[in-house]
Amino acid sequence: MDTAGWHDWSTRRRLTIAAATAFLVTACNRGILNPVGPVGSAEKQILINSTAIMLAIIIPTIIATVAVAWWFRAGNKKARYRPDWEYSGAVEMVVWAIPALTVLLLGGIAWIGSHDLDPAKPLPAPPGGDRLDVQVVSLDWKWLFIYPDQGVATVNQLVVPAGVPVTYHLTSATVWNVFFVPQMGTMIYTMPRMTTKLNLQADKPGVYDGLSAHYSGDGFSGMQFKVHAVPRAQFAAWVQGARGAPASLDAAAYAELVKPSSYVKPMVYSAVAPRLFDAILANRAPPPMPPKTTPPAMHVSPQPPLEPANVR
Amino acid sequence: MFGRLTWDAIPLDQPIPLITSIVVILVIAAIAIWIWRKGWWPYLWNEYITSTDHKRIGVMYIVLALVMLVRGFADALMMRMQQSLAIGASQGYLPPEHYDQIFSAHGTIMIFFMAMPFIIGLMNFVVPLQLGVRDVAFPTMNNVSFWLTASGALLVNLSLFIGEFARTGWLAFPPLSEKAFSPGVGVDYYLVALQIAGVGTVLTAVNFVTTILKIRAPGMSYMRMPVFCWTSLAANLLILAAFPVLTATYAMLMLDRYLGFHFFTNDGGGNSMLYMNLIWVWGHPEVYILALPAFGIFSEVASTFSGKPLFGYRSMVFATMAICIISFCVWLHHFFTMGAGADVNAIFGIASMIIAVPTGVKIFNWLFTMYGGRVRFTVPMHYLIGFMVTFALGGLTGVLLAIPPVDFVVHNSMFLVAHFHNVIIGAVVFAVMAGYTYWFPKAFGFTLDERLGKIIFWCWFIGFYLAWFPEYALGFMGATRRLQHISDPSWTPYLTVALIGALVILLGIILTVVQLLYSIRTRDRRRDLTGDPWDGRTLEWLTLSPPPHFNFAVLPDVHGEEAYWTRKLTAIREEKLIEEPKYEDIEMPLNTPVGVLCAFFASMTGFAVIWYIWWLAILGLIGSFVAMVWYAWHDEHEHIIPAAEVAELERERRRVRGELLKTLTVQS
Repeated sequence: MDTAGWHDWSTRRRLTIAAATAFLVTACNRGILNPVGPVGSAEKQILINSTAIMLAIIIPTIIATVAVAWWFRAGNKKARYRPDWEYSGAVEMVVWAIPALTVLLLGGIAWIGSHDLDPAKPLPAPPGGDRLDVQVVSLDWKWLFIYPDQGVATVNQLVVPAGVPVTYHLTSATVWNVFFVPQMGTMIYTMPRMTTKLNLQADKPGVYDGLSAHYSGDGFSGMQFKVHAVPRAQFAAWVQGARGAPASLDAAAYAELVKPSSYVKPMVYSAVAPRLFDAILANRAPPPMPPKTTPPAMHVSPQPPLEPANVR
Repeated sequence: MFGRLTWDAIPLDQPIPLITSIVVILVIAAIAIWIWRKGWWPYLWNEYITSTDHKRIGVMYIVLALVMLVRGFADALMMRMQQSLAIGASQGYLPPEHYDQIFSAHGTIMIFFMAMPFIIGLMNFVVPLQLGVRDVAFPTMNNVSFWLTASGALLVNLSLFIGEFARTGWLAFPPLSEKAFSPGVGVDYYLVALQIAGVGTVLTAVNFVTTILKIRAPGMSYMRMPVFCWTSLAANLLILAAFPVLTATYAMLMLDRYLGFHFFTNDGGGNSMLYMNLIWVWGHPEVYILALPAFGIFSEVASTFSGKPLFGYRSMVFATMAICIISFCVWLHHFFTMGAGADVNAIFGIASMIIAVPTGVKIFNWLFTMYGGRVRFTVPMHYLIGFMVTFALGGLTGVLLAIPPVDFVVHNSMFLVAHFHNVIIGAVVFAVMAGYTYWFPKAFGFTLDERLGKIIFWCWFIGFYLAWFPEYALGFMGATRRLQHISDPSWTPYLTVALIGALVILLGIILTVVQLLYSIRTRDRRRDLTGDPWDGRTLEWLTLSPPPHFNFAVLPDVHGEEAYWTRKLTAIREEKLIEEPKYEDIEMPLNTPVGVLCAFFASMTGFAVIWYIWWLAILGLIGSFVAMVWYAWHDEHEHIIPAAEVAELERERRRVRGELLKTLTVQS
């Protein structure tokens, strides 16, 4: 399962930290009802509003169903039997109007919500004007995250600055998957030879679960990742640390990475073959790495790749 | 010689499928020997297997559906057990390559070989009777349809013992289902079995659309047809329009897999999004192919057991046809998260909600049917009320899923899975169980045990809530579907409750078998001698239980919206039956083994194609062609029931009716 023996030394420590964090986070709800960003919050609001609107119709209907059935039971002498009552224009109008008006209201919510929360629509930039682009590739059965502007990449571990809108460009190097971080909101398909676009933002620093939400084969259950939302300064520090990671994602490393594996532990790559995402999209072999200006193997002793959990 | 088929195909190293297969083979053998010892094979062959009688074919469909319900439910139970065991450090007892086959088989079997045959079986049995006619338009084709469906079911179940089933989910999305990612025979089993069964389904639709449009009793105008006939018409129109899309889609995937085409592949210009669109262009109408007849059954039940005509009949008909049409305009809501634009998502979301309007109207109309009635709490009525409560909640979650921004967070989750089980169990399963109980005495001349029936209802009702409401909650917690292993231990309690719910449903299914056996043993206590055990209102209750082969000695003359009720009231008022008519010879279709022969050869071809045994495939094709030509060569396709025999049977019916009439009075 472990495709990356090179970072074994840090596994135990990572696991301990991850387990501790996981336990703390499990204490509260980790699902879509506990959103940590604007997208998830808006979606939760729509979910609650729509449910409330419909419950206002459905609960009385359910009660009326049971009550009418019971009152008009065959043994009830007090109930008036009207064997020929089969039509009433007034009742018909009401029974068509109730669902129609409900749907009119909900249709409005759906129309506005679809436009406001269009996954491809960029989120408003915060005061600093920061933005981040992340390229996401689903593999059998793990997630590759490429930071094109930072020149680093990770596997099964997505580190993002909190409070900064992130634009994800997603594709798949294998079959379909769905990129989903329940607490951040909207999920989206990753499809081979195609790009989808998704804009999300995590406001609250923390560690969140991510997963594939579209069945993709035998290793699907293990296709999970962690999202680390960290304060901006720590993100910069993390990028610096990641650049010092021992492995880089060249053609050979990528060829190794795409081999099927599941429950893959997080990995960090200090460098990425140029335009790797485009190569995956075009189903071409990744281009060769440019010669390194700063050889990463200069450290005498191995250094732990800086990880947000460590930083905090 | 045998293509890809080798001894490796037999799962000798996997105890679960191996032992199951052996047990199934032994049970089938035991039943076959038992029937042989009793000397019932000729009866079965003449009265059922080769029968062109729509009632017998209906019964065979329902038997197939009940057997497949057991198979599909066994899969469900295995999944629930796996998910409640494989949490955290434990991997459970099913490895992914086995678990993935189970959920694929569960969905495929439950939709194509449980729900569809059950609904089609009830239609077969009921529609010609309700229309007041003697058979469907094409009785022989009806028999062929059934056997082709059975052939598909056989192939799917054969995969348990020989080879493997698909590990791609019940809709086999490419590129996962392409040769590159699923090289085994599993997807081929899936495709071939459903292609064969699909032909049977389309033929059924041809048959029923023709029957309902062209063959009705005199006076039975469209607006006098019982609502079940209307919903059957709508469902069969949907089949006619939707199933060819499915066939074409599967054909394209087969071309990809067998001949290296590139419809849906990752390379060579294939586009897997196309498959997603096509399969749901079939898939969404399919939901209504199941749901509309279910609504029809409930309409009949509501009216009969409330002792009132259906409230707002015209509204119901309009709502049915509205659903029939709109259901073709909503398929995209199955993949809002594919990244289509906001306009597209919003339009399809709103279209999906619009379906909730006629559906909501139906709920209110059933409510007002009960209003002012004399509600008898029989077993079918339990299912109706259980359905109205459950379906209202399922409708709520359905509309939530139709709102794109909500779907963005619950798509593909356990919330979605809970939603469609909510509507499929809450509407379709409840309806077919109601229909099974309601029409059972018509088919066999005695009612099912009422007390056990109510216990079965409560098992399904309570079991459903226990099994699926925790899954709604899990969906909110971010649980996606089709997980072979659960990494979050905090979900354990929910999964445990869900397992308990499944066990309660299991009890219901076991009791269904018990109820059937017990009712057969004690049938003399619950004979339906009059043909009208429920004080019914539609024409099927006019004839005897079980009806004679020809259904009606003289086709009933229909006056008024409720054909039989009007006639019954007149008889009560005038204190006599209608004048005895002049009986004539009746021409009925002959039995034919062509259906079973065609299906035999179709299964042979299917099996051969799955395993690349090309000579056998050609042999099978020739065989079915020869069988059809042989059938077409016959000159005699009908036999005559002489007027004297008709008169004798009919006079017996009039005698019991006369007795019944004495006990009836017009209710105020």
